[in-house]
Amino acid sequence: MESKEMRAAYADTLIELATTNRDIVVLEADLMRATGTGSFQKLFPDRLVNVGVAEANMVGVASGLSATGKIPFASTFACFASRRVFDQFFLSANYARLNVKLVGTDPGVTAAYNGGTHMPFEDLGLMRTIPGLTIVEPSDPASCAAFVRLAAAMYGCVYLRLPRKAAAFLYPAGEKFEFGRAKRLKEGKDLVFAALGSLMVGECLKAAQVLAGEGVEAGVVDVLCLKPLDEVTILTAAKATGRIISAENHQVMGGLGSAIAELLAEHRFGGGFKRIGIRDEFGEVGTQDYLVKRFGLGAPDLADAARKLMKES
Amino acid sequence: MKAERIAELERIAKEIRKLTIDEIGYLGVGHIGGAMSVVEVLTLLYHETMRVDPGYPRDPDRDWLVLSKGHAGPTLYATLALKGFFPKDWLHSLNKGGTKLPSHCDRNLTPGIDMTTGSLGQGFSAAMGIALGLSMEGRKSTVYAIIGDGESDEGQVWEAAMFAAHRKLSNLIAFTDFNKQQLDGTTKDILDLESLDDKWRAFGWFTQRVDGHDMAALDKAIQAAKAQAGRPSMIVMDTIKGKGCNFAEALLSNHNMSFGMDEARAAIAALGGAALGGDALGGDALGGDALGGDALGD
Repeated sequence: MESKEMRAAYADTLIELATTNRDIVVLEADLMRATGTGSFQKLFPDRLVNVGVAEANMVGVASGLSATGKIPFASTFACFASRRVFDQFFLSANYARLNVKLVGTDPGVTAAYNGGTHMPFEDLGLMRTIPGLTIVEPSDPASCAAFVRLAAAMYGCVYLRLPRKAAAFLYPAGEKFEFGRAKRLKEGKDLVFAALGSLMVGECLKAAQVLAGEGVEAGVVDVLCLKPLDEVTILTAAKATGRIISAENHQVMGGLGSAIAELLAEHRFGGGFKRIGIRDEFGEVGTQDYLVKRFGLGAPDLADAARKLMKES
Repeated sequence: MKAERIAELERIAKEIRKLTIDEIGYLGVGHIGGAMSVVEVLTLLYHETMRVDPGYPRDPDRDWLVLSKGHAGPTLYATLALKGFFPKDWLHSLNKGGTKLPSHCDRNLTPGIDMTTGSLGQGFSAAMGIALGLSMEGRKSTVYAIIGDGESDEGQVWEAAMFAAHRKLSNLIAFTDFNKQQLDGTTKDILDLESLDDKWRAFGWFTQRVDGHDMAALDKAIQAAKAQAGRPSMIVMDTIKGKGCNFAEALLSNHNMSFGMDEARAAIAALGGAALGGDALGGDALGGDALGGDALGD
């Protein structure tokens, strides 16, 4: 399966946009080499603003830029984009109704060797409480490019959660995406996985394959947009099979698992439901593969949850 | 600046001071101390220095102001009202439910407010972004920013300070309202800022220190700042917290205080007469469109 670095999809799309839209501006806080926007800087040196290791100022500057009509994309590690500058993003950007696109890279266990200090399992929970904020975690390079384009085209703040590493293409280049619309990647009559982000969508697809060998047909919904959540697609899939498992590279509190639990409870879903994600723990150092196993995020964990759900309900 | 013009601006400043006392007194509680110490600078900016059009608040060619010490919003509202951005009777809607004049500045509610502020330090960074965005567009506008001395405790202020000097934002002119008092006490006791002007110089800013209640000195400093190329300007204003509001100026703890219309009337009388007029002071002066409606028209 063809793949591409997610950060390359991000940077390439910014270059594509900036070529025709002079208002596109990119901000970095001394992580340009990690985010991979050096390619943007080469082409548009005056439109890449590196503020140094000063994330709070970066979000403020981005807010000010957007007040003058610029469309700023500001990126840093997701731990800093959420925990460190929550008040700046909340007030200067969102409350002020400005137009800031904040990109949090290396979410969850993808922070790997940077370890627990840099491993955000809570960024989605924080961001979800900001009124009106659009939150998206693309699942492949095509959806990443599409949502960067959509974010630029839409007035309003966006939080884009972005692993840097290569991800397999799940969609063709021309696939249409919308904020608030999930994609049904795979149909299955027994249960459905609702997964957020390239890592978890990939693990769910693997788990579905394993389960198919055992005679269990599992569907996969690629959630893509945590806020607004595609309630219709998720609820319809849950009701059709009577069983749903949420899967996120994040705490089960506050993120996708919580969002789906709220949705199911409010709509009197009486079927089976499990949440795969981090269970009230801090992150730690290790390879991504190690951490996926350590925190129970992998295909075997998802398959186990599915088997239990099949027995229970 | 000619003596007659200075006298005229001082008269306007007195009017703004009275309107602000009236505005906060009518509500009964507010940040009177820091509101009084920025009266002269706001008077000078809006009635002399800045290019603004009350009929077209979002004119792309305007000069911008970010009141980063957003709790001084009431003074800016009085200044904008006197300039004609909105009717003066709106001032009595301060902090009432549904008002367009909230305690801290909101760019989406009030005509003439360029940036939402209130969480200290944040407006200052936004001012950097505005200055950068305008210079990218080749606009001739100047961005003015006012920070508080207590606000200068925030690390974000110094992140922004380094940024502005590094980016050579000469279209940015900032002021520090150095009234020497913060909420819990004097700046000297809580977190000593001195030597404040040396700090700004060390951060690469063209720095001046002036009496923030001296209109002529302030004007001269702004002219000198405007003549600078290649670096941002900081004008550290020595001011008095509560300046000109007799009952507040005498107190150390005037950051946020309760007072009623009796005290307000006496303070206004001491300044030479009633601001919104005797009738407005006594009754409910909320105008028909002070609450609700689309103030910004955009």
